[in-house]
Amino acid sequence: MQVELTRAVIDTSAVTAALKLGEDGAVCVFDGIVRNNTRGRQTLYLDYTAYEEMALEQMRSLATEAIQKFGVRDVAIVHRLGKLEIGETSILIGVSSAHRGVTFEACRWLIDTLKKTVPIWKKEYFVDGAVWADGEAFPDAIVPAESV
Amino acid sequence: MRVRVLCFGILRDVLGAEFQLELASGSNVAAVARQCEVRAPQLASLWPRIAVAVNQAYVGRDTGLVDGDEVALLPPVSGGASPSV
Repeated sequence: MQVELTRAVIDTSAVTAALKLGEDGAVCVFDGIVRNNTRGRQTLYLDYTAYEEMALEQMRSLATEAIQKFGVRDVAIVHRLGKLEIGETSILIGVSSAHRGVTFEACRWLIDTLKKTVPIWKKEYFVDGAVWADGEAFPDAIVPAESV
Repeated sequence: MRVRVLCFGILRDVLGAEFQLELASGSNVAAVARQCEVRAPQLASLWPRIAVAVNQAYVGRDTGLVDGDEVALLPPVSGGASPSV
């Protein structure tokens, strides 16, 4: 199980290769890349920051939970921090298992859940200014909808 | 008692990355939130959506605090999702 925060370029081939064992029939990979625009506004670059100790702990928990929940064999989650250029990989998630069905499900669940709960934020730098990217509301379990 | 408050995202821009806060003993997370809301009134509409972690675990606003706790104020994390994901 590889769970990492890094400021270096993510080596997607290496991360994927490390997930493969003889008994695996599938590796599902999610490669999250920096898009060149947000709702039509041209992006120059992004900057990612994290509450690092907590983010790592949450990522480890998610990886463990994915293995238990979906019965997959192995999981890798690597998130990059700092300044990222258009097209670069900000997050790589890989899931390996004997059969493909659960790898798709686990991979989808991991990225969707991470994006709602793991304390990582990105600031988007546009030609005409910079904004913190909107986040989805936390799940009810973390912030009840009616809390003050 | 004294707690260490960490701020992230836009809260960090407004309040700073971290600071110490003196609180009456027996204070809870809501007390920290209230003090920070006073310091950042321009973020009033954001506060109901802020999550709080104490010693790196998400907690509710009524969670009690003790001296030396690390309290982190977390805006919604950056999903980067379009409406249709």
